[in-house]
Amino acid sequence: MATATNRLSALIRQHQKELLADWTSQQMQSVARRRDLISDVDLRRESDEFLQAFTAALESGDSDKPTGPAWDRLHEQVSGMSISRARQGFSPTETATFVFSLKQPIFELINRTFTSADDLARETWTATTAIDRLGLVITEHYQRGREEVIRRQQQSMLELSTPVVTLWKGILALPLIGTLDSERTQIVMESLLQRIVESGASIAILDITGVPTVDTLVAQHLLKTVAAARLMGADCIISGIRPQIAQTIVHLGVDLNSVLTKATVADAFAVALQRTGLTVTPVGQGAVRSSASPAPEA
Amino acid sequence: MDRIPILKMGPYLLVSIQVDMHDRLAMQLQDDLTSRIAATGSRAVLIDISSLDTVDSFMGRMLGNIAAMSRVLDAETVLVGMQPAVAITLVELGMTLPGVRTALSVEKGMEMLAASLRDAGGHG
Repeated sequence: MATATNRLSALIRQHQKELLADWTSQQMQSVARRRDLISDVDLRRESDEFLQAFTAALESGDSDKPTGPAWDRLHEQVSGMSISRARQGFSPTETATFVFSLKQPIFELINRTFTSADDLARETWTATTAIDRLGLVITEHYQRGREEVIRRQQQSMLELSTPVVTLWKGILALPLIGTLDSERTQIVMESLLQRIVESGASIAILDITGVPTVDTLVAQHLLKTVAAARLMGADCIISGIRPQIAQTIVHLGVDLNSVLTKATVADAFAVALQRTGLTVTPVGQGAVRSSASPAPEA
Repeated sequence: MDRIPILKMGPYLLVSIQVDMHDRLAMQLQDDLTSRIAATGSRAVLIDISSLDTVDSFMGRMLGNIAAMSRVLDAETVLVGMQPAVAITLVELGMTLPGVRTALSVEKGMEMLAASLRDAGGHG
């Protein structure tokens, strides 16, 4: 088999220029040509680079065991191309078709060169397996590229959705948006505790208006967060309990007796102000300003 | 370290735990603290754990026990300075230390204790 690959590679090397010309003209004429995504100049350049790398790899050794620096370079080039094509908007099929389209000019070249049926069969087989393998490499890299995008988006969604805001001196608010799974709870706990340390806050309002469903697992996560904050000397109030949620909580038998719960953030804020010894008093023309009054013994 | 020092500051007893407590040290602390509370009649105990990076379930239990013992001797205990990572670990371990009062800093802890001493009408 090593000899077959070398024979094929020698053939390609010998006729490289005309092979490239045949290949590029076939690509230009193909119905699948995406002139809107890649220019003729770029396509010619890519085809040339690919053919060079492909020939070098074939020359370096057995296409059945594609290892070694020349094959690595080819794989690198192919994966780089598949990533950039994905970014340009090509589907993975279109990108793989680019590689597969090399088969036709190579088969034509083999047909022109060899006459015996055995030779034809052997060279064709070598060429087709080598190119098929590259097509698979492309698809795999495309997959990995998409998975990387998804992972990054998930990460930024996680980060975006757990802000901690200071409502007033010593009072923090945590608007929770979206489902509260264990991973998010971890992030919520960490951000909240960090902010408690930084701001010296003694009260944290966890608002769950944006949490669509509250089941026993979500309740557990909430209680964990409340317990962790409490260990650091901050009390929690859970607000944003919609009437529906209140019913669900009772039906599920969830025990929220250890924590104060309110329907709205406004109610929770009022309680928080009271606990920190503050009160809001109207000033003349209906404007509202808060003033501090001495802390009551409560 | 063979025993954890207990400092008296006016009406308060201050315990600063800066090393990992093993069995003997924990037992020693329980003995020392209960004796000291009894001897001084102190009604406010502050346990500072701001130096601890990690707390295991043993330590968590010890802290809970110490707080409970102090209460039996009519002293309020406040645990101060827990680091965020420690809080998360304890909560994950299921040790929420109910009945143990907590504060972010020694200062805040003292304010809390002063308030509760005033409430109780004791020698604040």
